[in-house]
Order: sequence, then C-alpha cells, then structure tokens
Amino acid sequence: MSDKEKKQGTSISRRSFLKGVGTGTVAATVVPSVLIGSENAAEAQAGDAISTATIQLNINEKMYEVEVEARTTLLTVLRDGMDTSGNNVDLTGAKLICDRGECGGCTVMVDGKSVYACMMLAIDAQGKKITTVEGLANGDDLHPVQEAFIKHDALMCGFCTPGFVVSSAALLNENKQPTLEEIKTGLSGNTCRCGTYPFIFDAVKTASRKM
Amino acid sequence: MASWGEASESRLIGKRINRLSGKDKVTGKAKYTFDINRPGMLYGRILRSEVAHATVMGVDTSEAEALPGVKAVIPLIEIGNKLRYQGQEIAAVAAETDDIAKDAIRLIHVDLEELPHVVTEADAMAEGAPQIREDWAGNQSEPNIREDGDLEAGFAEAAVEVEATYSTAVQTHVCLETHGHVVEWEDEQNLTVWASTQGVFGVRNDFAQHFELPANQVRVITEHMGGGFGSKFGPGIEGRAAAELSRITGKAVKLMLTRKSEHLVAGNRPSMTQNVRAGATRDGRLIAYDMKGHGTGGISSGAGFQAPYVYHVPNLRTERVNVAVNAGNQRAMRAPGHPQASFAMDSLMDELAEKLGMNPLEFRRINDANEVRQAQYTLGAQEIGWHRRNSVPGSGTGVKKRGIGVGSGLWGGGGGRGTEARVTINADGTVEAVTGTQDIGTGVRTVIAIIVAEELGLNTTDIMVKVGDSGPGLPSGGSGGSQTTPSVAPVIKTAAAAAKQKLFERIAPMLEAPIDDLRVGTGTIYVVSDRTKTITWEQATGQLGMESISEGGHWDEELRQNGAAGTQFAEVEVDTETGAVRAIKIVAVQDCGLAINRLTTESQINGGVIMGLGQALLEERFMDPYTGRMLNANLEDYKVPGTLEIPEIKSIVFDTHRRVTGVGEPPCIPTPGAIANAVYNAIGVRIRELPITPDRVLTALAEKKA
Ligand code: FES
Ligand code: FES
Repeated sequence: MSDKEKKQGTSISRRSFLKGVGTGTVAATVVPSVLIGSENAAEAQAGDAISTATIQLNINEKMYEVEVEARTTLLTVLRDGMDTSGNNVDLTGAKLICDRGECGGCTVMVDGKSVYACMMLAIDAQGKKITTVEGLANGDDLHPVQEAFIKHDALMCGFCTPGFVVSSAALLNENKQPTLEEIKTGLSGNTCRCGTYPFIFDAVKTASRKM
Repeated sequence: MASWGEASESRLIGKRINRLSGKDKVTGKAKYTFDINRPGMLYGRILRSEVAHATVMGVDTSEAEALPGVKAVIPLIEIGNKLRYQGQEIAAVAAETDDIAKDAIRLIHVDLEELPHVVTEADAMAEGAPQIREDWAGNQSEPNIREDGDLEAGFAEAAVEVEATYSTAVQTHVCLETHGHVVEWEDEQNLTVWASTQGVFGVRNDFAQHFELPANQVRVITEHMGGGFGSKFGPGIEGRAAAELSRITGKAVKLMLTRKSEHLVAGNRPSMTQNVRAGATRDGRLIAYDMKGHGTGGISSGAGFQAPYVYHVPNLRTERVNVAVNAGNQRAMRAPGHPQASFAMDSLMDELAEKLGMNPLEFRRINDANEVRQAQYTLGAQEIGWHRRNSVPGSGTGVKKRGIGVGSGLWGGGGGRGTEARVTINADGTVEAVTGTQDIGTGVRTVIAIIVAEELGLNTTDIMVKVGDSGPGLPSGGSGGSQTTPSVAPVIKTAAAAAKQKLFERIAPMLEAPIDDLRVGTGTIYVVSDRTKTITWEQATGQLGMESISEGGHWDEELRQNGAAGTQFAEVEVDTETGAVRAIKIVAVQDCGLAINRLTTESQINGGVIMGLGQALLEERFMDPYTGRMLNANLEDYKVPGTLEIPEIKSIVFDTHRRVTGVGEPPCIPTPGAIANAVYNAIGVRIRELPITPDRVLTALAEKKA
C-alpha cells in the first residue's frame, strides 16, 4: 500500500467485516464508524483473482441461476443481477439505502423471517426461500399489509415502503396481534425519512385484524 | 371570479383520498431513478476527497483504467486546484458492475498536499485560524445588520431582560434515495436522464446548457422520487459526471451517491448560534431585542435565519454572519432557517414570560399579531391539556418528569406562475392530465386527479395523471418552498374547467339545452332545468368521435393563498437519571388553507413534526477537528427518528379558507421550540442547544445541582 493511498484513508473492508461478524447478524456489532466509513475502502486488492460461482436462488417461488462473486450480496443479485441466460433479475423493490444494515430499506424474507438483503451474501441465500416485496401479493390480491398501507397512507415518497411492508408482514407472521409497542419494536430496524410512522402503525394494526 | 366552491358542494376536494401511486409503492413496482436498469448500463462511482483541505498535486488513473470491466475514468478536478472539504469530487469511473466501479475507485492514486483545515465554527472564528476562504477575513462574511426603532429606549422601557445563547447543530437531509441519475444518450444530440430530483425542468435546462443542446433534446424523467427536502434541484457534479461518462462510453450510466457522500456533499441545514439580549415591559410586550449571531453553511454562505421570529419587537438590532468551515455546502432544507429561528425565539419567549411571572401562552397572545395562530393557541392548548403543565417548571416528582411546551411558525407556500398543463378528454371517456411537475412524495399526482375528477364528475382512478417527465414540454417549477400544489392546482383546475366547457359545447345540441344549463353529476352530465335529460359520461364523450378535447389552464391568484401559520404543543418525559428525552405527544395545529387531500395533508404534517423532532432531539453532524472528517456519515451514528422515537401525533388540518396553500415545510418549524420548552417545563433547567441529547440534559441537571 503506497503512502498516497494511506492519505486517502484505509479501512476494514466490508469483506473482512462480513467475515468477522458472520452474515445476517447485524445490529449488535459495534465497529467504530471511522473504520468502516470509508467508501474508498479496499474491496479487492489489485491483482486479486476474483472467483465466481454459479448458484441457484429461489426467489418468489421461481428459480434463478446467477453467477456471483463471493462478495456479491443478495441485494445486488435482486437489484442488479442477471441470470445465466442474460435476463435481468430486476427485482428492485428492495432498496439500497445505507448498504450496511442500518435502515431496513432492503428487507426481504428468507424462510419467512425478515433479513437485510444488503447484509446477506448471495451464496448464503442458496437453498432458502426468498420472498421480496414483489412476491407478497397473490396475483392481484394484495397482502393485507399492502392493502392497509394504501388505506392509511402509510407512505409518502415510498422509498422506504417496500422494506416496511416486508418487515410488517414478517412481524405479523410471528405475532398475529401486536400491540403498538410491539409494532414499534418489530419495525425498529426500518427507517423512514418522510415520517410516515404514525400511519404505518395504524396500517399494521388494521392488517393484523385482517389476517 | 374563480373559486374552489363551498365545502358542502365538494365531492372529492377536502376529503381523505388514497394516493394514486399507493399500489405501485407497496408492491415494489414503482421505479425510482435508483431502480432504472437500462440495457448494457454501466455503473458510475466517484472518488472523493478524504481530507478537508488540500491541493491536488496529481491524479493517476492508469491502474483504474486497466482494471477489467472499467469503461471510462474522468477527472473531476484540475491539478493544482484545491479540495476544500471531505467528500469533494476528484474523479469518476464507469464500469460494468458497481463492485468493479468500487474497485476502480480504489486504484486511482491521488497525490495531495494537505493544507490546514477548520471544520468547527469555534475553530474557524478563533484568533489566528487559517483563512479558508480568500474573500472572508476571519472566515466570516460581511455582517448582515438590521436596525429598527430605538434599542436603547426599548431596553430603558423594559421591566425584565433575558440574555442567552441559543444554538442548533448542522442537520443533513438524509434523503433515503440518494442523489443521482441514470443518463443515456440516444445519439450525440439527444439525451434522456432519469433523475432523482425536485425539479425536472431545472435539471433539463441545466443539462441542455451544459452540453449546449436545445432544451427539448434533453428529456428528464422522475416518475417516483425518494425524498429531497430541498436538497435535490440541479443535476450537481454527479449528474454531469454521469452524463460525461455516458457520452464517452456510449452506454447508459447509473450514478447514485453512496450513503456517506449523501451526508458529506448533498446539502445540509446550517447551524445557528444566537447571542440574544431581549426585554419586555411589565404588561408583557416585547420591547427590545439585540441579537448577534452566526451559522455555517460549510464552505458556502447561506446560513441565514430570521431573528426575531414571528413575534413583533419594535426596537431591535440584529447582526448575523456566515462562518466558513471546510465542510460540504448547505442546501435549502425544509423551511430553511425557520426551525432554528423558531427554537431560539420560542425559548426566549418562555424565558421572558417566566421572568414576568406570566403564563407563556398569555405572553404569546399579547405579542402575536397573527389571528390564525391566536385561534390555534386555543385549540392546541385544549388538545394537549395545557392546564396540566407544571406551573412551577421541574416541580414534578419521581425520576421521569413530564412537561408541556409550545412553539410557533409561519411559512409562505403561496405558489406562483410558470406551470403549464393540459387536460385531455378522449372519445372513449378516458381523461388525461399532464404537467411537468414532480411528485416528490407529497402526493401531487393524487391532488391533480382529485381536482380533475371533481371538475368532471369522475373518480380519481379515472384520471390518468402524467407528471415527472419533461417530454411533453409542459413546464412546471421545482418542488421547493411548499409551492407545488399552490402553483399546479389552479392551472389544473382551470384546464379541467376549460375542457369541461368544450365538452358541454359539443353535447349541448344533442341535449337541446343551452350550454350554461349543463352540469356534471357523478359520471353523468345533465341539464339542470330538466333532469330527465341525463346522459352518462361515456355517452357524452362518445360524441367526440375522433377528436379529443385538450385544453390548457392558467394560474389564478384567487385560487391560492400565501402564508401558513402553525402552532405546536409538545409533551415530553425526561428521565433525570439517564438524561433521555422522550416525546409523549405532539399536537400540530397547521394552517393548510384548502387541503385538497386531507389524508395526504395529514401525512405531510406528521412528517414535518417527525423531522422537527429529529432536529430537536437527535440529529447532529459531528465534525472531527483533527482529521477534518465527518464522524457520523452513516445512518447508525447520524440518528434520524425511528419507530421507537415516535410519540402520539395529533395533526390538525386547520383550514381557515378555501384557497390552496402548500404545507410541505411549515409543520417542521414549531416542533423544536415546543419540545425545548416542554423539556424546561419538565425539569426546570433550560437546554439552549439542539439537539437535546442525554449528555446535555445530564450536564444541565448537574450544573443546576451544583
Ligand atoms: S440498505 Fe440494507 S439495511 Fe440499509
Ligand atoms: S416514505 Fe419517504 S422515506 Fe419513508
């Protein structure tokens, strides 16, 4: 590493960060932000041979064959991935907002539980049942959470909405009749900047009555 | 005279109507700029400075260019030029995948000669501080001075005086969709841009100018947009870089800012410090106000605020400067200058009232000339239970103490000319409403549908609304200053009325009735003097044959109003052991003029209150004086309100008249002041610095004890 690079700041790469804490466990690990904050971080050293693998993913009850690198996240596959026959996966409902497990915008369900897709490596999602916001509705029949979000105007710009919808659905999978406090705790991994929270709480209440 | 008609006559206007974009947004179908995938699209990234102040001595991009998958690398700064804040652009790359672009950024070598930096106002204003702006001696702008009345005489008349310093931190916008674009050149002369912007036409004009193209050869599309709050107007350096990369490679390029960059370079709300001395007469009149203040908008200016705020003071002197620091530039943020001004003023009001032994609400009533707010005081006080407040601040017992406070605000939001729109009625009965505004989350798409549907006797879902596209060439202004609805609504209303008139002209002969006798029902058109002559909407439009009706509209001053007053009451609970402040309830009484859609208006008020709550209790940009870097450029350490911070919010749509006013910004103004006053009422110690974090509360409590 040259001095010049040092000047620009070096840091722990996401790769080593992920290695360190394991995938899927997110919130509890405290890493000084200065260390992981650099967007110029080393993701791969020059000359590193980047190995790829072809994997199968079960997304919204459809099998996708995709080629991934070890570092490829599930979110990258959903949003930017291409299957081996050259079709875009193009499931852009899950959003890339913080890219490090802080906002819930990328929430999907993996085997019925909510997971930050930005914090899960694609290779670790093999053999699991992945449901994105696009897969929640049954054809034209919206999921009760989706109906309730529309009814209560639990969205403004809507950028956080897919994450909240999936988290809410996952919450109701585990707790059919959550109290207001349980809703708040259950959705505390999601952030909305427009400030739709009060109507989200109303929507989840309404949905819980319908399920 | 144009009018919106009486509330009793309205079928849709003023009701709670679901957002037209709701279904697309809850199913993930809604495509934001961030979601656009074009064939063969490349991913752009920007290498940014990690130092706050330096001269660029060299940039070596050769290694990055050699990386497989990298398609272009362009410099964004000239050798010899200065980098003046962390995050400033150095170079940009386009690559086949985002990961490759990230790797490529790493392979650009930058040779810098570091210069001394200042990143805090205190450091910038200190004796002997390095001067970081050539034009500002002592890193301060020329003072902005205002004088009115006779300050000396005012203070001589004052029975009580308060001298205090109020300050607020720099806040960042934290748009969840970061700034960015997808740019695609069709050929050398035609450019399509998907932009995450609050101003489709502004971005179009900027690109056209930059690339010397006729404006109509640039098409800007913003179908959905993930938050702007004042920070998303021009294309910015990142937009131009994306366009340049796209031009060089001949491929579409997506370049969205990273979360970190969003904090560093995509705007912020400037800080504010006010050193105030103010006096009031025995009978409770504000009489003298002397303020010296400053704020920083980063390396740029624009750290303005009003002082005094809302309440009238006859004798005053104010002096304000901008302080330069090596940090990213400020941009307009939801009611620029207002929440901080309101916090300082409403804190001061409470302090003066206490010295007078007067109820703070009573003191406000005496000094507030705004009649709307006078009525709001009564309503809000009732809703919060003002009588429950501690008549002696801090007198509650127990570890967790509750208190109640009030704050005020005023915003313009009257809209203006410059919007063109078309309402088209087709023979098959379909209706289109087209204009170049953009829906940044406020629900203007639905507002347009409501207005057209009301005018034509249809449902909102019958109206095809097209916004967020410069393609049709119907311009509209940027969504800033809470101007969107009051600018757009009158034009849509008059366009729909004109289209209706044309339709009446076409069908009057068939109904054998004078045009003036025709009315719309619900999905019908009838003759008012003979209701047996009623035809369905489709029967009526069927008369059009091959010819659609397509009418424009005009802005009509009578249909909108400027000036939206607001008052908020907050109840908080302060844990005197941990210092944590929890908002329990906030009552927001917001003048909304004619709320076209009551449901989305309530959403707007909720959202404003929550952003104000963030400013009051959580949000602060931390700059490290040693490294010159922002310490919390992420969403974990820069804390915006989450579910656990949300109190009960009672948003009251206070509609005082039947003219349209914008309310995107005003509801965030009174919140910090109301919360700060509630904290004081709870613990009897005043925190004069935002955000009111546990450490500040504990320190203040300890100082009181000592
Ligand atoms: S983008 Fe995954 S948690 Fe924020
Ligand atoms: S609706 Fe805009 S961020 Fe939640």
